[in-house]
Amino acid sequence: MDRNQLRRQVAHMRSSLIEQHYLDQQQFVQLEDLEDDSNPNFVEEIVTLFYKDSSRLFQKIDQALHSVPMDFAKLDDYMHQFKGSSSSIGAIKVKNECTQFKEFCLAGNAEGCFRAFQRVKHEHEALKRQLETYFQVPLDTFFLSGQLYAVFD
Amino acid sequence: MGGNLKTQSHHSVAVRLNEQMGAKKGFTFIQAYRAWFPKLLMLWILVMAYLSLSIYNYMDADNKVRRVEVLSSMCDQRARMLQDQFNVSVNHVHALAILVSTFHYLKNPSAIDQETFAEYTARTAFERPLLSGVAYAQRVVNSERESFERQNGWTIKTMEREPSPIRDEYAPVIFSQETVSYIESIDMMSGEEDRENILRARATGKAVLTSPFRLLGSHHLGVVLTFPVYKSKLPPNPSVEERIKAASGYLGGAFDVESLVENLLGQLAGNQAIMVYVYDVTKSSDPLIMYGHQYHQDGDMSLLHESKLDFGDPFRKHQMICRYHHKAPTSWTAINTAFLFFVIGLLVGYILYGAAMHIVKVEDDFREMEELKVRAEAADVAKSQFLATVSHEIRTPMNGILGMLALLLDTALSGTQRDYAQTAQACGKALIALINEVLDRAKIEAGRLELEQVPFGIRSILDDVLSLFSEKSRNMGIELAVFVSDKVPEIFIGDPGRFRQIITNLVGNSIKFTERGHIFVKVHLAEPSKAMINGKSMTYLNGGSDEGVKTSVGRQFKTLSGCEAADDQNSWDTFKHLIANEEHRTDVSSNVAANNEASEHVTLMVSVEDTGIGIPLCAQERVFMPFMQADSSTSRHYGGTGIGLSISKCLVELMGGRINFISRPHVGSTFSFTANFGRCKENVVSDLKKPKLEDLPSNFRGLRSILVDGKLVRAAVTKYHLKRLGILVEVVSSIKMAVAFCGRNGSATSGNIVPPDIILVEKDAWISGEECDLNIQQLEWKQNGHIYKLPKMILLATNFGEGEFDNAKAAGFTDTVIMKPLRASMVAACLQQVLGIGKKRQQGKELPNGSNFLQSLLSGKKILVVDDNKVNRRVAEGALKKFRADVVCADSGKAALHLLQIPHNFDACFMDIQMPEMDGFEATRRIRQMESKANGEINGGLEGVARKGEWHLPVLAMTADVIHATYDECLKCGMDGYVSKPFEEENLYQAVAKFFKSKPES
Repeated sequence: MDRNQLRRQVAHMRSSLIEQHYLDQQQFVQLEDLEDDSNPNFVEEIVTLFYKDSSRLFQKIDQALHSVPMDFAKLDDYMHQFKGSSSSIGAIKVKNECTQFKEFCLAGNAEGCFRAFQRVKHEHEALKRQLETYFQVPLDTFFLSGQLYAVFD
Repeated sequence: MGGNLKTQSHHSVAVRLNEQMGAKKGFTFIQAYRAWFPKLLMLWILVMAYLSLSIYNYMDADNKVRRVEVLSSMCDQRARMLQDQFNVSVNHVHALAILVSTFHYLKNPSAIDQETFAEYTARTAFERPLLSGVAYAQRVVNSERESFERQNGWTIKTMEREPSPIRDEYAPVIFSQETVSYIESIDMMSGEEDRENILRARATGKAVLTSPFRLLGSHHLGVVLTFPVYKSKLPPNPSVEERIKAASGYLGGAFDVESLVENLLGQLAGNQAIMVYVYDVTKSSDPLIMYGHQYHQDGDMSLLHESKLDFGDPFRKHQMICRYHHKAPTSWTAINTAFLFFVIGLLVGYILYGAAMHIVKVEDDFREMEELKVRAEAADVAKSQFLATVSHEIRTPMNGILGMLALLLDTALSGTQRDYAQTAQACGKALIALINEVLDRAKIEAGRLELEQVPFGIRSILDDVLSLFSEKSRNMGIELAVFVSDKVPEIFIGDPGRFRQIITNLVGNSIKFTERGHIFVKVHLAEPSKAMINGKSMTYLNGGSDEGVKTSVGRQFKTLSGCEAADDQNSWDTFKHLIANEEHRTDVSSNVAANNEASEHVTLMVSVEDTGIGIPLCAQERVFMPFMQADSSTSRHYGGTGIGLSISKCLVELMGGRINFISRPHVGSTFSFTANFGRCKENVVSDLKKPKLEDLPSNFRGLRSILVDGKLVRAAVTKYHLKRLGILVEVVSSIKMAVAFCGRNGSATSGNIVPPDIILVEKDAWISGEECDLNIQQLEWKQNGHIYKLPKMILLATNFGEGEFDNAKAAGFTDTVIMKPLRASMVAACLQQVLGIGKKRQQGKELPNGSNFLQSLLSGKKILVVDDNKVNRRVAEGALKKFRADVVCADSGKAALHLLQIPHNFDACFMDIQMPEMDGFEATRRIRQMESKANGEINGGLEGVARKGEWHLPVLAMTADVIHATYDECLKCGMDGYVSKPFEEENLYQAVAKFFKSKPES
């Protein structure tokens, strides 16, 4: 059946996201757990929030990275916020890169910060692509079939 | 956040390291001047060399002075002697001159001729040892020459033995000693030296000397002495002219200075040591040598002594110069002394240098050690942090696994699936427990573990522990029992979690290693040592009976299960004394009890006895060492890390007690420990007792029961549990006796006294007894037509074999079977079921951990979530909303403060710790300040106002960090607890339940 196939596709995608360590299972499951009738798009909302918030933070970090002299405390602060958000949605790879970035910050290694930031952005992008497709599918089907949130239970 | 905190603390460790290193930079004096030491050593050596040289010089100078003194004294002595001898000779020549004058000129004719003169001089030669010979020359003027020559019959000759040319004056020798006879008739004035001598002599009237020259005869160096002879007596103080006029001849003598001095020196000691030179220094610029080897230069040229010689001729000056033959002998004493001094100095210097270098080295080593120590400590801290982190990191996914499994178990599963899931869940829980143990161990090692001080009831804790293991023990057929003596207070103050941990550890261990028999946990006060002693001595007295009773199965011991135990303390013979003693005490000596109560502490003695495989003797020493098991095969066979006992030991020591054990291989082990707890004040007890003791329903009070049990220890345990429910217990050893007891009761009391409400029968008592008895008995009772309801028959069993349960039912235990291990609450539940009383209580308590409960707890509560991170905030909000809480968000500490004005609208506040501007700690501190101010106003102003209690908003930290220090920090700044971020149901429940429970009305 079409819906079943779709459902399987979504489940597969989700598990591949987790298996490839894009997402932390426990965290993501907890987020999914928080969805209920009163709050049906919670995960998506959170993820959207995350990406909105992160673009703002990235801008700030970019600015801080190009300021002379570099304010590592500030950088660390921004990155800490970003790391917190990442860890909240369970973006484990991004979070790990954030940790790296923070290490470089602590060491005062500007070069390392640049590189780490590139990687953070890279992971962030990669996850974004994945999540976009992930959310795209159920969203479309939601309009089609209406009842797909059972997948998340 | 966790990451950041961690890195910060790493950083702080590094800083501390640096600081300590910096502190070490304040070297000691020695360290500061270490570079100078080699230079100092060199300087020291130089100083020593200089000093020893000075010593040598000083001692040598002494020698030299002495040498000089010796030389001068010897020289002077020689000079004096020479002079004396010379003077003696001169005097004698003077005498000869007078002789000649007297006998040659005053006598006429002359009394002296050559013969006489020669004779006389030869015979008086000994008087003149220095003179090789004497001769007399007469003064002849030219006018008289011819007559003179004629008179004597020879012509005047010159020195060259030729006839003398004509001169004014002649001085031919007319008399001569035989030794110098060759100069007769020679004109003395023909020699330049002699002529001068003669002229001087007659002018002065004294003896005069020539400068030294080679003598004619001997070719020795010598001088000629000339003495004038005057014709007539001279007037006193004659003038030179008068003398010249009066001169009539000259007496001369040749001094053979060389042989003279040779002789002289030969007479004196020390002749070999010195060299003597005699000089004529009339012309000081050109000294003429008189004696001595002119070219003999090998003497000690550095040292010489000059002595004046006065040979009586004022015109000539002589001096004697003495030298040492050899150079001054080297002074070994001085050299040795100096050398020794140098060596000693060198050694002292080297020793000091060595000591200094050693100190430097030791200090270097010390600093290195310090550094290593600091590093090791840092590493230790890092290790603890690492452990904390890692265990957290493991916990998080494990919680995920467990949560998933729990979810999975909630779904519809087939039996097998459920079984798999349950197994996985159990394994996960075991893993979590293990991680917690490791974390505990790390905490204890880091000294960060602090015991709580809260009131708790030991009995309920023991029951909990028992329930943990009941499943296992039942499956294995092990008898598991707990006994707490009546003397142990209901409530006391301590750390229930840790106490439970110890007990769990010990019991868990025992379960692991026990395959048959029993595990028995016994708690009593450590005070009644007297009773113990009594018991011991009694067992000695009753030695025979203690050995056990022979049964068909084999030896039967009077322990809980009948198996032999390592320590016979818990066998009935000892046990009964303990019980008896305690009963005696509680009954009679209330003052003793009061006494006990007065003391601040309760010391508990807990023993866990098992009948397992025991600990091999060789491994008993290592039992409490972490990660040690008896041997590696043990862990393979039984599993476990071996960390539990070492943690238990640490915990026991923290509780001020000691743990030890008695173990016999293949018999069993008994671990026992003591622990100190604070005694609870009465009024406090009354407050806290209720919630704790609530577990046990009180509606069984006054029930009467008969316990049929052949094993006395086991009976005591059962009795203990029943007594806790307020049930009166009578123990009988067999069913027959029970029957008899009932019968007696029934008959003796004609109506008023009721038969027991319950009859509890141990399974083995039932099996060994006759099965039919009970039925018969029941029938009897029925037949007797008692109006009372029949006692409920309950079977107590550890486990059931196939079909046994049915047998039991058939045998009359229709009411119920209570599966061991016994727990008061479980017994109560069973009795409730049997007796049908007190059911209503059970409802509210169910599923305390479920999300339903959490929902009921949080539902409608107004909660403030403070987090600067939008995403986190939204997640927290979502999580709390899920439980129907009313959530308000704030994005900073300041915003939160703004919202949290008194009176509070909120029931709780969840606070992120790390936020810009104002962090969670600071915000909480402000909130607490605000509250205390408000509270102060309330208490100060309107005391009786309805607003009861004080303002205190529960503030919970949200953190991803499990490090204990963070938790401490949370508490310190006034937070009520913390929840891990992201929220986990259990964790959230635990944190929230704490204060929402205590405020049930809100």
